[in-house]
Amino acid sequence: MTSHGRTHGALAAGIALAAGAIALALKQQNRRRHRDHPADDAPGFTARRDFGRYEVVGRSVTIARPRTELFAFWRDFSNLAQFMENLIEVSPAGTDGHSVWTIRGPAGKSVQVETRIAREVDGALIAWRSVEGSDIDTEGRVTFEDAPGQRGTRVGLIIAYVPPMGEAGRAAAKLFRREPEVQARHDLKRFKMLMETGEIATSARRKDAARAAQMENA
Amino acid sequence: MRALTWHGTKDVRVETVDDPEIVNPRDAIIKVSSTAICGSDLHLYDGVIPGMMAGDILGHEFMGEVVETGPRSTLQKGQRVVVPFTISCGGCFHCRIEQYSACENSNPVEKQDASATLYGHPMAGLFGYSHMTGGYSGGQAEYVRVPFSDVGPIVVPDHLEDEKVLFLSDIFPTGWMAAENAEIQPDDTVAVWGCGPVGLFAVQAALAMGAARVIAIDHYPHRLELAHKLGAETINFRETHVREALLEMTGGIGVDAAIDAVGMEAHGFAIDNMIDVVKQKVGIGADRASVFKQALLAVRPGGRLSVPGVYGGMTDKFPLGALMEKSITVRAGQTHVQRYTDRLLAMIEEGVIDTTFLISHTLPLEEGPRGYRCFRDEQNTWTKVVLKPGMEAGQ
Ligand SMILES: NC(=O)c1ccc[n+]([C@@H]2O[C@H](COP(=O)([O-])OP(=O)(O)OC[C@H]3O[C@@H](n4cnc5c(N)ncnc54)[C@H](O)[C@@H]3O)[C@@H](O)[C@H]2O)c1
Ligand SMILES: [Zn+2]
Ligand SMILES: [Zn+2]
Repeated sequence: MTSHGRTHGALAAGIALAAGAIALALKQQNRRRHRDHPADDAPGFTARRDFGRYEVVGRSVTIARPRTELFAFWRDFSNLAQFMENLIEVSPAGTDGHSVWTIRGPAGKSVQVETRIAREVDGALIAWRSVEGSDIDTEGRVTFEDAPGQRGTRVGLIIAYVPPMGEAGRAAAKLFRREPEVQARHDLKRFKMLMETGEIATSARRKDAARAAQMENA
Repeated sequence: MRALTWHGTKDVRVETVDDPEIVNPRDAIIKVSSTAICGSDLHLYDGVIPGMMAGDILGHEFMGEVVETGPRSTLQKGQRVVVPFTISCGGCFHCRIEQYSACENSNPVEKQDASATLYGHPMAGLFGYSHMTGGYSGGQAEYVRVPFSDVGPIVVPDHLEDEKVLFLSDIFPTGWMAAENAEIQPDDTVAVWGCGPVGLFAVQAALAMGAARVIAIDHYPHRLELAHKLGAETINFRETHVREALLEMTGGIGVDAAIDAVGMEAHGFAIDNMIDVVKQKVGIGADRASVFKQALLAVRPGGRLSVPGVYGGMTDKFPLGALMEKSITVRAGQTHVQRYTDRLLAMIEEGVIDTTFLISHTLPLEEGPRGYRCFRDEQNTWTKVVLKPGMEAGQ
């Protein structure tokens, strides 16, 4: 993987999720209380439950860089394909809130998802959602919080999506064949590598081998 | 280029392979002048570490000349460098607090899952040491690609020959950190299990840190003799009851600190069959974990156990009670090499530490396979093998 590496988590990026599911994932704590379970402080997406028709993936990573720097890099959606392996490109980059995500699909085809920014808190949060009528019903949210002491920033990513049907569904199925959690984790780790070291680690001895490995993963 | 490659159990070959290239901006390419075979390499040779692929280039102790640099490398062509076996990015949390062997960014993302599953967290990248630690091509070759070359390699002055500085790559810092982890106090008696290169450096380091006495344990007479020359008292475990001897030699107190420089990395590295492998080989497994267990029982209450010896998996019948009831502190780990290199280079220059005494054989790279065979089968006399890519056969 070179510094142009892409992530397994096209999904993460591409397939955004439904507002309902994310809210549910975040609010798990309250629901459990209602159900007579002792509440705890863990993120809802780590709960031993499912989220109805939505698949929910949540991951976090701590990156030893300032919050504002990480936020700014992510907010320019055209950067995301550098670390999200199955993402071909995002354009426009989301400056006016609108973007089209082009995701690697099966048999050399690609899938497009149109999203708009649903919520944004400068330096802290970006949430996006697929537009009405989009092939894939998805919603995503990335948060940036100061980590304790000198540890930098805790970056949290939650993606929710309705596993789709039809042509796009088959494409999505291919995307999701890898464990979505693994994809999300890999994507976030590549993001961390890029931000902390300026490159994405590879053990390839030659450039062509690095490229081949990249295509294999795609 | 020519390189020593792994093909299976006891099957290493010197072959012609593609030269490495600069792949990432912080890379450098090193032309290897000297590279050593490590005790750790023998476990790859014995085929007991999974995650190896045919054709992998071995070697994690190497040095040489910088011949190419990426745009973000801070090295310059022509510099002579020793390269730490641990690959560290310098920018992550662990690198920033000098826990370099826990670097979060050097093991490629797609290679991290195996160790994360096994240990709860992924391992860092290491040169020439299976795909679990990244699958990086090692230094038993004419050339090596060195990632994060602005962090790891240490530039060495021309007047110090290779033999004096080569071991800054691994075993000297490893022996040093082993002694540091033993938290040695002036009146301490320290026992060191294993008089291989790591144990012998640990003996020197413990004495340099002010231990009153060091007792070295092994069964090879020549290796025990080397420890003796360095100032250690010795115990031959084939001749003597080790725990009884340690207790008697310390007036019934027990040793203040113990260093396990033997390890059992051969077992448990497997992800799939880990437990089965241990069960299958329970005799061997018990034997090989016995140093850790013996050391726990031998160390005095409130004492310290330092473990540079590599363990990869699990063990049965672990004396957990001794650990707790005797208030033992255990410290272990792959060496944070970059934390020590500057200090230790200075000690070599000042002549405080002898780094050359353990080299028993120097061979051309082409004779690497013979080096592996003899280092494994004739441990008493083959104490350390250095390979030289530039050397003519029969020289
Ligand atoms: N922590 C690290 O970063 C690091 C770095 C390098 C090596 N290592 C590990 O350190 C260990 C030693 O390395 P080495 O290069 O010195 O290996 P080595 O194989 O040359 O030496 C091991 C020595 O231990 C002796 N031994 C075996 N069983 C014993 C017993 N029951 N009691 C006393 N001695 C016994 C052997 O006779 C041998 O002399 C290995 O496990 C190696 O993988 C760890
Ligand atoms: Zn080694
Ligand atoms: Zn690091």
